[in-house]
Amino acid sequence: MKKRKGKKTENILLNVDDVEYTTLPNKKYQQRKPYTPLNPKVVTSFMPGNIQKVFVKKGQKVKEGSELCILEAMKMKNIILAPEDGVIKRVNIKEGDIVAKHHALIELQ
Amino acid sequence: MSIKQKTLDLKQRMQNAIQGGGAKAIEKQVAMGKMTARERILSLLDPNSFHEYDLFVEHAAKDFDMDKKHLPGDGVITGTGTINGFPVCVYAQDFTVAGGSLGLMHARKIGKIMDHAMKLKIPIIGINDSGGARIQEGVNSLAGYGEIFYRNTQASGVIPQISVILGPCAGGAVYSPALTDFVFVVDKISKMFITGPEVIRSVLGEEITMEELGGARVHSEITGNAHFFSESEEECFQKIKKLVSFIPWSNKKKAAPFPKKAPKSKQFRIDNIIPTDPREPYDVRDVIRSVSDDSEFFEVQELYAANMVIGFGRLNGETIGFVANQPLILAGVLDVDSSDKAARFIRFCDAFNIPLVTLVDLPGYLPGIDQEHAGVIRHGAKILYSYSEATVPKVTVILRKAYGGGYIAMCSRHLKADFVFAWPTAEIAVMGPEGAANIIFRHEIMNASNPEETRQRKVDEYKQKFANPYVAAAHGYIDAVIEPAETRKFLLHALEIAVDKDEKSPEKKHGIPPF
Repeated sequence: MKKRKGKKTENILLNVDDVEYTTLPNKKYQQRKPYTPLNPKVVTSFMPGNIQKVFVKKGQKVKEGSELCILEAMKMKNIILAPEDGVIKRVNIKEGDIVAKHHALIELQ
Repeated sequence: MSIKQKTLDLKQRMQNAIQGGGAKAIEKQVAMGKMTARERILSLLDPNSFHEYDLFVEHAAKDFDMDKKHLPGDGVITGTGTINGFPVCVYAQDFTVAGGSLGLMHARKIGKIMDHAMKLKIPIIGINDSGGARIQEGVNSLAGYGEIFYRNTQASGVIPQISVILGPCAGGAVYSPALTDFVFVVDKISKMFITGPEVIRSVLGEEITMEELGGARVHSEITGNAHFFSESEEECFQKIKKLVSFIPWSNKKKAAPFPKKAPKSKQFRIDNIIPTDPREPYDVRDVIRSVSDDSEFFEVQELYAANMVIGFGRLNGETIGFVANQPLILAGVLDVDSSDKAARFIRFCDAFNIPLVTLVDLPGYLPGIDQEHAGVIRHGAKILYSYSEATVPKVTVILRKAYGGGYIAMCSRHLKADFVFAWPTAEIAVMGPEGAANIIFRHEIMNASNPEETRQRKVDEYKQKFANPYVAAAHGYIDAVIEPAETRKFLLHALEIAVDKDEKSPEKKHGIPPF
C-alpha cells in the first residue's frame, strides 16, 4: 500500500444533515475561504491590473456612473464607475498601483 | 558509391541526428535531473522494440535566420514499440533541440504518429518537455498546436491517450495533455501552467514559484489535471506500463485478460473492515482489495478529491473500473471535485469496454457556500450523466449509508445499474436518521415536555424503521441483500452473465453533458 506523504492531519467532525461524521479533511477543504457578502459601498477590482488614473478624492460627491479610476488590465483600459450616488469615504489606491482581484479600490459613505 | 558506402553514409547521418541538441545541451538536461528524450522512450518501451520514424525531418522556416539553423528531428522523436508486448505509438519532445520548442514540422511529426495510432487502433503516449511555441515560426507554430488538439479530440474515446509531463509544458501546449485520458507527472520535473510566474509577477505583482504555481504536486492534489504522481521518471514509467496492462488497445477491444487470482483474504478480511456505526471512518480501498484479484488496486488520481476513490483492478482476470466513496476523507461526500473526478473515469471505462463496480457509502453532498458557488449543481450532475449514459456492465454494492441524492448518483438501480447489492449494514434512506427525524417530527419535538429526549426517541424510531436495506429491497431497488463475505462471488457471477450485455443508447450525434 502507498503511504500518504505530508503532515499528519487530524480527524474532524463533518456535519451533513444533522449527523456528525468522524473523518479527515482534504487539502482544499482545509484551504477553503470563508464567504464575505458583497458590500455595494466598496468598489473592488473585478480583475487584477494596474491603476492608471484616479479621478476622485476623499470627501468628493459622486453620482451613479461617475468615473472613479482607470484600471488597466490585460492591455485594456477599464473605466471604473461609481455604483451609486454618494460621497467618497476612502481612496485606497494611487496611480501606478498594481492591484489584485477583489481589491477594495474606493469606498463610498 | 557502393551499397556498403551508402549504408555507411546512412549510419553517419543517423548518428548525427540522434545526437539531438549535442553534448552540451544533453549535459544541461542531465543537470536538471532529467533523462533525454531518447532515454525516456527506451526505458518506457520493451527492449529493442522501439522503431523510429521521421528521424530526418527538418524545419523549413526562414525568418529570423532560422534557415541557418539545423534542428535534428525538429526537436521531437516519434515511433512505435511495445510495452509488455502491447503495441503503442509514442513521441517524446527533445528539450535539447531548441528547448523542445514546437514548430510546424515538429507538430506535423506528432500529428503523423497520432494518425498512425488512430489507423492502427493502438494507444498513443506523448512525452512533453518543451519550452512552448517556436516563436520564430509565428503563426505556423500555432497551427501546429491546433492540429494536435484536433487529433486529440478525434481520438478521444477511440484509442487511449496518455500524456507524460517531463519538463515544462506551458501556455497553449497544456491543452494537448488536458484533452488526453491520463496525465503523468513527476515531482520537481513537471511544470504546467497557462501563464508563468514571471507574467504573474509583472502583471499582478504576485510572487509564486513555478513549483507552487504548476508543479507536479499542485496538479495532483489541487487542480486534478494530473492522474498519476511519481517521485522519479523511472517510477513514472513503471506506472505507465502498469496502466497499459489494464486498458484495451482501442474502443473496439476488451482489455487483455490476466490469469485469475483470489484476493489475499488473510490480509484483507472483508468482514472486519467497516465499522457498523455509519459515522465512523475506514479505508474503502481495503474493501476493493478484499474483492479484487490478488488484492490488486491501481488507483487513479490518488491525491485529488480523495473523498472519491477511482481506479482499476481485476475480477477473474478481467479489468474492472472501481468507483467508491471514501469515508476516510470528508466522510466520502460528493462535491465539485469528486463528482468531476468520478464522472470522467466512468466515461473512460464506458468508452473502453471496462465494466464498472461501484461501492457506496456516503452521507450526501458536501454542504457549504463555497460548494454552491463553485457549481456543485452542474458538476454534481456530471456523475448522474456519466452513470446513466454508460452501457458497460454496471454493478453496485451498497456497503453502509446511501442517503438522498448521493444514493441516486452512485449508480443506483434508477440510473440503470444492472445489479444492485446491499450489505446488511446498508442504510438506504432519503437522509440520515437525525436529519429526517428533525424534519418529520419537528412539531412533536418542539411541543414535547422534554424535546431532547423526544428527539432521540424519534431518531431511534426512524433508525429502527428506515436505516436498513430492506425498505429499498421491498421496492425492488436492491436485487439482493448479501453477506459481505459473499461480495466477490456475487460480483463475479454478475459480470459473468453480463458479458454479452447489449444496451443501445438512443440515436444521437452526441449528448450534451454538463461540462
